[in-house]
Amino acid sequence: MKNLIKKGEIFIWLTGLGLGISLVMISGLMFLIVSNSTDYFYPAEVTKVQKKDNTMLLGQIFDEQFVPDASLPDSLSSTDVERYQFKIGNRDIYGYDFVWADEREIASMTIPEEAIVIERTEYGNFYGFITAIQIYGKNKFNTKQEIDKIFFHILDKISDVRNQLDKLEKGKIGEINYYIEQARLEIEQLTFHNKKNLKVVQTKIDKLQDEIDSYQLEYEEVLSKTDSLRSYAANYKLVVNTVDGTSVEIPFLNIIRKYKPNGMNLFSKSGFIISKIWEFVSSDPRESNTEGGVLPAIFGTIMLVVLMSVAVVPFGVIAALYLREYAKQGVMVRFVRIAVNNLAGVPSIVFGVFGLGFFIYFVGGTIDQLFYPEKLPTPTYGTGGILWASLTLALLTLPVVIVATEESLASIPRGIREASIALGATKWQTIRRIVLPSAAPGILTGIILSMARAAGEVAPLMITGVVKLAPNLPIDGYFPFFHLDRKFMHLGFHIYDVGFQSPNVEAALPMVYMTTLLLIVIVILLNLTAMITRARLRKKYQTSTF
Amino acid sequence: MNELHKEKIEVNNLNFYYGEVKALKDINFHIHGNKVTALIGPSGCGKSTFLRILNRMNELIEDARVEGEVLINGQNIYRSDVDVVELRKKVGMIFQKSNPFPKSIFENVAYGLRVGGFSTDKKFLEERVERSLNQAALWDEVKDRLYESAFGLSGGQQQRLCIARSLAIEPDILLMDEPASALDPISTAKIEELIIELKKNYTIVIVTHNLQQASRISDYTAFFYLGELIEYAKTTKIFTNPGKKQTEDYVTGRFG
Repeated sequence: MKNLIKKGEIFIWLTGLGLGISLVMISGLMFLIVSNSTDYFYPAEVTKVQKKDNTMLLGQIFDEQFVPDASLPDSLSSTDVERYQFKIGNRDIYGYDFVWADEREIASMTIPEEAIVIERTEYGNFYGFITAIQIYGKNKFNTKQEIDKIFFHILDKISDVRNQLDKLEKGKIGEINYYIEQARLEIEQLTFHNKKNLKVVQTKIDKLQDEIDSYQLEYEEVLSKTDSLRSYAANYKLVVNTVDGTSVEIPFLNIIRKYKPNGMNLFSKSGFIISKIWEFVSSDPRESNTEGGVLPAIFGTIMLVVLMSVAVVPFGVIAALYLREYAKQGVMVRFVRIAVNNLAGVPSIVFGVFGLGFFIYFVGGTIDQLFYPEKLPTPTYGTGGILWASLTLALLTLPVVIVATEESLASIPRGIREASIALGATKWQTIRRIVLPSAAPGILTGIILSMARAAGEVAPLMITGVVKLAPNLPIDGYFPFFHLDRKFMHLGFHIYDVGFQSPNVEAALPMVYMTTLLLIVIVILLNLTAMITRARLRKKYQTSTF
Repeated sequence: MNELHKEKIEVNNLNFYYGEVKALKDINFHIHGNKVTALIGPSGCGKSTFLRILNRMNELIEDARVEGEVLINGQNIYRSDVDVVELRKKVGMIFQKSNPFPKSIFENVAYGLRVGGFSTDKKFLEERVERSLNQAALWDEVKDRLYESAFGLSGGQQQRLCIARSLAIEPDILLMDEPASALDPISTAKIEELIIELKKNYTIVIVTHNLQQASRISDYTAFFYLGELIEYAKTTKIFTNPGKKQTEDYVTGRFG
């Protein structure tokens, strides 16, 4: 034993063990996330359950558990029974999505080829069997062949209608609302600045009012158009039966996709998975975020991180430059350094509170008073928004950038600084042309670390502007294009919201894992970009031959 | 004596302190123009410190203090109205360890021109770079790879690149701090040849630990010991007939 310690071999094992444990934990976490998130897009088989009491269930097996047999006395309860959790959907009929059944209640389980799953815009999935297609109140196409033939044709047609409706409701009506809002603000501004002498601007105000009226008319027109589209689409319905024979009519307008998981081969399954993933990353959320996609959250996360980097990099680099290159190294500088390092240990929620107090109430409030007095008391910048959230995060990650930059500045050899000075360069020229380019890889390391930190941070965002559902993205086609005062969605908050705040937590579980996976992928992608840049810079500015 | 032989650098009553420590004590001497002057002496005797005083590089060290005067071309470089950047353009410096910038060979040589407010005309830069590399006897070896990283060069080539870099801004005086100490004999020979060639146009002050090198290339030699200038004379005299016992002991290898 003594010999072992002397040789130091035991420490090799210890370090190896440490690394091993870390790797196991990390890969375990990744395995958990990846395996659970596959539930989100994998078309699991639909099982039909015949229970002993002659009721029936139809749904996808969601979970399996072994539980102690409760019907036996305690002394005998060492035998476990298996129970299954089924996702039975049809929330509009049953009122709940999930149901448990244990093996003693079940008479038989089959996998009917013809069982369908319909994803709907409301009430979640439907599980059942198609009986007919109803057009203008009459049931047509009663045979399976006919239905299969005509179904996708109608679905395409109605999807078109839905897209048109989306375009009108989000695009056109949004545009009209925007112009009305602009005109209304202009009127308020005019009234506000000419309180004493309203007559001077009365003609202008009247003109604006006319504009508003004409927009109102346009609005009515669009509204009647959408109404007629809706009533047209309402004529197409799918008639379906639940497993216990209740007949339900589902308007085609509510159908997002229909599939028969039991009849799918490998090829159609992979097609389904791809379309599901694409929907996830490219569309808006539905049903209080538990269905649909997370595009606004992806957008918000990336924009937040980019804004944060834009804010933190110049500040951090300049601060580090001063600390390392210009400041006289003494007690004061050492004190500042300690303070900066300790800033990294402040709980992030404290930064959030500071952001709320300083950025939102103080800076934002002042901006509102100076530039948007006519809108008050409705705040413009005096409320949470992506700008304030990213500045708060910038503050949070500032220590990381300062420390990394300082380290990399310190590692630039004295020789090349002296060489530059000896050639008649001033200190600033030396820093700009020699020191900063050579330190760039190290600075980028700091940025990478700060981006990873910022992308995963949720607590400070919750009080500086993140929301469950943001109606508009912070970038759009209306002047001034960047709306930094807007609230935004964020993947980290989305995980919290969908996982813990949604009314249907169980149904949203795969979505939570999927969102987590996506967030990790985004962080990896952001890091990869920075790493590739760093590798390029390293090659260009390597500082020694050896 | 013709004009070229007038005293280029004159040092009067020079004292130098690192904080409380007196590193140079009452140095008085003059360095001749267009000659090679070697500074020799054991480690820590103050010869490198003295060299750095000549272009005020010592000012990069905190707590360093200079007393006395250093005249270059009759002008005291420690007067408060002297522009230190201009001074360093006139008094170039080569360091012990070659220290090329992390840039291309061309950009290394052009660096002094770019930061020094010279013309940034491409043609002018190309001419200057080529001439400087020629002067440093490096042109033929690097002309095909001017835009590749300077780190691709060998140690000896890197040191000659550093010399070319200093020559590009046309200094008056070249200070060399053991320029060949990290090089192999062949590269050293090349550098020595180069120094002899360069003295036609430049005044060169070189610190060296290699006594043979000092005797081979220098016209004058100054022997420093414990911060004092012990003896300063023509190189031949120092090595064949030194005036002081300490000098004799050092050059004959009895200590140091």
